[in-house]
Parts: sequence; structure tokens; C-alpha cells
Amino acid sequence: MSITIEPTVKVEPRRKELPPRERLERIFHVEDLDALYSGKPAVKSVTMEIYRNLVTAIIGPSGCGKSTFIRCLNRMNDLVAGFSMTGTIRYHGQDICGADIDPVAVRRHIGMVFQRPNPFPKSIYDNVAWGLRVLGMKDSLDDRVERALMQAALWDEVKDRLKASALSLSGGQQQRLCIARAIAVEPDVVLMDEPASALDPIATSAIEQLMNDLKREYTFVIVTHNMQQAARVADMTAFFSISRGNEGQRFGQLVEYDATRKIFTAPSDSRTEDYVTGRFG
Amino acid sequence: MSAHGITRADLQAVNLPRRRLVNRLMQALATLAAAIAVAALVLIVWSVAKRGASALNLDLLTRDPAPFSFTPVKQGLENAFVGSLVLVGLATAMALPVGLLVAVYLTEYARPAIRSSVSLVLDVLNGVPAIVIGIFVYGLLVLGHGQSGWAGAFALACLMLPLVTRSTMEVLVLVPSSLREASLGLGIPRWRTTLSIVLPQTIGGVVTGTVLAVARIAGETAPLLFTSSIVGSQTSWSPTHALQSVPVAIFELSEQADPGSHARAWAAAFVLLLFILFTSLAGRWVATRNRRRLSTSR
Repeated sequence: MSITIEPTVKVEPRRKELPPRERLERIFHVEDLDALYSGKPAVKSVTMEIYRNLVTAIIGPSGCGKSTFIRCLNRMNDLVAGFSMTGTIRYHGQDICGADIDPVAVRRHIGMVFQRPNPFPKSIYDNVAWGLRVLGMKDSLDDRVERALMQAALWDEVKDRLKASALSLSGGQQQRLCIARAIAVEPDVVLMDEPASALDPIATSAIEQLMNDLKREYTFVIVTHNMQQAARVADMTAFFSISRGNEGQRFGQLVEYDATRKIFTAPSDSRTEDYVTGRFG
Repeated sequence: MSAHGITRADLQAVNLPRRRLVNRLMQALATLAAAIAVAALVLIVWSVAKRGASALNLDLLTRDPAPFSFTPVKQGLENAFVGSLVLVGLATAMALPVGLLVAVYLTEYARPAIRSSVSLVLDVLNGVPAIVIGIFVYGLLVLGHGQSGWAGAFALACLMLPLVTRSTMEVLVLVPSSLREASLGLGIPRWRTTLSIVLPQTIGGVVTGTVLAVARIAGETAPLLFTSSIVGSQTSWSPTHALQSVPVAIFELSEQADPGSHARAWAAAFVLLLFILFTSLAGRWVATRNRRRLSTSR
């Protein structure tokens, strides 16, 4: 008996067709990346390219290494004891895992927004201004703060209480503040690790909207376990899945990477199809 | 009889009177034990206060001890109070920065193996008897150079170091790692993250730990006997020679025959006790306030 599967996720019809991949500017070129915790692989042999001024979503079930993967892109995993990786990650053609590379300099260009809002216990203003000051972007500080808060769609809500503690904001506001903080220092790429997983739908849609507005200036890579969200915001989508090795060990692998519309409407791998149609949770 | 075959007897308590009795007995014993602990403190404070009250006056703090005479002379222990102040101040100035750096290294930078072994060393150092520290510093600094306030302060600092380090580590691990990530994710160097984001979160805990450590070392006698105890009766602020201190003064006065000396020893003990009580309470107050602040922020 054959079953036709209706996609449970509707892709926004208004989305423009992407230009052919050769014409897109490559910002990351990941080749044969293995990420290991204490020698155990979390993600294996990932090869993919990430393009400039697009939103790229990483989707997949829990434990498939989505977060591990994007935390490789700005060397954030260096902070994890026992982490190691092999393969290459080229960022604008430069291998960012080389021995002569300063991970601090890498993170300076590749910012990050985390799963849970993590504002500094400082004022709203200082949350954005502190990074600017430390990084020496002290000219017209007020303007920079205002611009970042505007871009993060938070300005109107906080302009009258910039001196108030950031911890007095709601969760959604805090997360937008974290986005403002990340984009204030003018990164090239913003990595988002499930930025809306702790937020309600209204706050989530505010964040999706601002990604859409800001992708002209930045490149976003977003990890999400929410397929609708990937379908709404992403131009390109990568599907990661859990594979089993010969000795039964589990690790994440990139299954399919394509334009979001293709992933959600005509995936070429049956595992992707199972996942996006909800047959596999 | 219910559908599950449960009867009332299955639910009834077995041997209830005996169980009640044992419960009462154990509760009474536990309460008694708590009362003994409190009573010990109350007794100590009360007996020290009663015996010291007669000699407790301003002279105690503002006059130096006078040589023995058959007519009563106004005298006090200013030299001991000033000496203790200098010794404890210097010890804090030595132990606090080192303790802070050790704690930052262990929690922020060290590998787990190093962290646990150094923590163990600190715990052992904390358990070393004070007299052993005194002999160690005697061999290190006093032999060949003579006693000095520096040597005494160094001995006290050795006692203080593990206390300050441990209490600082405890608050450092409470700082959520998401805060560190937030700063590092902006491309801010690790040292700057530690200095500007992590350490400010711990000020309350560091103050508490330091205050409690000060309260502890202010009453230490043993490390000072070898390092800063051969003193005159003049008040001095200079640590280049041996300084009198309150605990050592109490010890010496208690060995004299003169009842006036005994009264002064009790009075000095009372002042020391009050100082320790108040600093401990202040330390605890800062700690509670800080914990409340940390818990509301995360």
C-alpha cells in the first residue's frame, strides 16, 4: 500500500528563488569535519558550504550534533574540556583551525547568540556598549547602541529605560538584547543556537522577522529543532541525522543540504523526507 | 474489602506506641545536642564577659602595659591591639591577592586533574595545625633574622590562603558559564572576560570569605609564638620588628601572678571575641545578600 505524504510544513510561497549556488558567495567551506568529545565522535564527516547574506538553518533530531557543528564555526567548542576536531573549516578561504589562528579573533568576526538568553548583569545600555568599549569601538557609542537595539527590534521597548537592569526584561526581550549585543560589534556572521527555544511564539516571530530584515548585512546560521521555523526563515537548510557506527556508537551526520524549499517539498533523501513530514521525531 | 484486596489492617500502623516513644526520644536527644552547642557558646561569652568586664575600659585600648608596681597604674593593651591590627592587615594583604589568583586559575583555567589535586592540597593546608605553620615560618624567616611582624603576618597569611581560595572558588563556580560564553562569543579575550564579567559577580562571596578568614586568624596564637612574640610594651606600627598581638598578650598575661593582669587578659579576650562575632555576622550578612542577588539574576 502506498501512502502519499503531505508535507506538514508549508514553505512560504513568497520566498524568492535562490540564484544558482555557483553564483553565491561562499563564506564557510567545511570539509570532512569530525568533532569529538573525549575521543567520541559527535559529528562525523560534514562537508558543506555556507553562503553570504543568506539564512542557513541546521535542523535535525536531538543529539544529531547541530549545536556541536555550529559551535565549531567560531571555535566556541575550544572551551569544552576534551573537545577535538579534524577536517578543515575555511572562512573566507582561511583555515580557522590552524595553529596560528587566534580563536578570539575568529569570534570577533563570527558572533553567537545562545539557546538561553544570557544578558550580562548590567544595564540594558551597558549590555550593548560594553563589548563595543572593550573592542575599541568607542566612537559615537550612543549611536551604535541605538542602531543595534533598533536592528534587534528592541529600541522602542527600552529607549526610556536604558539604565535599567537587563535582567528586568522579559525572556524574549533579553534574547533580542543578546542579538543587539552580538550585532553591535559588527560581526560578519551571526551564529544562532536555537535562539527561540526558550521563547513564546510572539517573541519567536519578532526574532525571525529581524533575521529576515538583517540578512542583507549579515550572514545567519541558525540551529533549530523547529521545522516550521526553518521553513519560515531559512534560505538554505541542512538536515542532520543520527547514524550508528560499526560498534553501535551514535554520531551526527549531514544527510542533506539544499535550498529550504527543496528540503521541505522534494527532499532527495528518504531520511529527510521522514523527518520533515513528521514520521521520525 | 476493596477490589485490590487491601484491608484496613494493611494500612494500619504497626506498633504505634513504641514508634511514637522512639520518635520523641530521638527528637529530644537531637534538640539536646543542639542546645549543648548553643550553650557552649553562651557559656564562653558569658564567662569571658563576666571576668573581663571589670578591666574593660578605654584604657585597655589606649594605654600600653606598664611595668610591675605595687601601686595601681593605669595601663592597657594598646600595643597588642595595634599589633594585631597590623599583623592581620598585612596577612590579608598577602593572602587575598594570592588566594584570588589561585581560585581564578583553578576554576577558569586549570585542567580538572590539576584542579582537584590543588584543591586537595589546599584542604590539607587548611588542616595543618597552626603551630606547625608557626614552626615552618620560624625556620623559614625567623632563624637568622629574628622575629618580625612580617614573619608573623606571613604565618597568618599561610593560614588564611586556603580559606580565601576555597571560598572564592565556591562563588566562582556559581557564575553561570553562559555569562562567560556571552562575552567570549563577542570576541572578547578570556582574561578580559574573567576580569570584567566573572569576577564582579563574586565580590560578595570574596568579601564574605575574607571577613570570615580575618575573624579566624585574628584569634590565632600558635603561629605568632614563634614569629612575633618577643616584644616590649611599646605600641608600634612597624612590622620590621616583632609586634605584640591580642592572643599572645592574653596568653602571656594569663601566666602572670598579678590578678590585674588576669582581668586585663579576660577583657582583651572579650574584645577579641566581640570582634570575631561581629565580623562573622557581617560576613554572613554579606553572603546572604549576595546569594539572593545571584539567585535573582539567573
